Amino acid sequence: MTRHEWPLFEVFVRAKRGLNHVHVGSLRAADHQMALHHARDLYTRRNEGVSIWVVRSDDVAASSPGEKEAFFAPSGDKVYRHPTYYSIPDSVPHI
Amino acid sequence: MSFDAAYEALTDHDDDARWAYGTGFTDPLAGVDTAVPSGVEPAELAAYCLMLGDDALIMSHRLQQWVTRAPELEDELAIANIALDLLGQARLLLSRAGEVEGAGRDEDALAYLRGESEFRNVRLAEHADADFAHLVARLLAFSAWRLALLDRLTASADPVLAAVAAKGVKEVTYHRDYAAQWVVRLGDGTPLSHERMQAAVDAVLPLTGELYATHEVERRLAEAGVAVDPADLRGEADAVWEQVLRAATLRAAPVPGDVPARAGHTRALGEILAELQVVARSTPGGVW
Repeated sequence: MTRHEWPLFEVFVRAKRGLNHVHVGSLRAADHQMALHHARDLYTRRNEGVSIWVVRSDDVAASSPGEKEAFFAPSGDKVYRHPTYYSIPDSVPHI
Repeated sequence: MSFDAAYEALTDHDDDARWAYGTGFTDPLAGVDTAVPSGVEPAELAAYCLMLGDDALIMSHRLQQWVTRAPELEDELAIANIALDLLGQARLLLSRAGEVEGAGRDEDALAYLRGESEFRNVRLAEHADADFAHLVARLLAFSAWRLALLDRLTASADPVLAAVAAKGVKEVTYHRDYAAQWVVRLGDGTPLSHERMQAAVDAVLPLTGELYATHEVERRLAEAGVAVDPADLRGEADAVWEQVLRAATLRAAPVPGDVPARAGHTRALGEILAELQVVARSTPGGVW
């Protein structure tokens, strides 16, 4: 008998104090519903999370390591893209 | 920083955001009045706490035996989490039983040093699972019944039982959901999984008759507004089974009535206690 493996899912959890969902790991599940349940059991046991997203790993398009230079190096010398010369008003949070 | 202050940072709750792990854990019994409600016999309240506590303790142990044997790593952790939830409920209930009893026995003494005949759990909790289908069928039976029970117990005249129930309702809701999902998946799956899930339902449902039989302690405490009469839970649990079995394309199995309430145990309890108590009994009072 061949053993069929469940597909891989990537898990994103938003922490209580966090503003965005953060990738925390992956797991195997038969479908999205089971993946959500498994994610709850694997990644929020220590009272971390308030929201979970799961995405099929094969639905994630990733940049290739071979293209790293062309993708990321050109921004390395453009310090003027950091808006450090602006003063941020006190009423603007989360920056 | 002096050595004495080394741990202060760990309990600094003003700065939760630094911690990868969650903080802000709560004590379910904080601020709860622990006096025995007036008009209630302490021995009866202790016996009732032992019933509900032993159900959770023995069911938890059976679930723990699935750790390293579950079909998938993810499900193993889910089962371990459920076992831990039930163990937590058992600890609160056994502690309450010991405190009300007033004979100086704490949760450990009650869990580790009682003999087989002193355990008051339902026999369903001690039943060994032949396979994963049996496990999820038994977990569905146990948690559908316990959720209906805890839900009503949140209105108990005993504030401690009400607080333990309020915490347990959220936990057991998840247990029931987990079990129901697997019963539906396996029942409405392949011909082989359907056949094996049906066999599990046929084996487990007939064991559930005792869950709805009323023990005299339960009857008297229910009249005092402290306990729940299990006879009242049948309708809700039946509705859950009906819904799950329909979605799972499975047929029900007969549930015998007229079963005595919490009357004795199967041989399985002796095996469970041998494993559960061996360390505590071989090193009395041991601490490490």
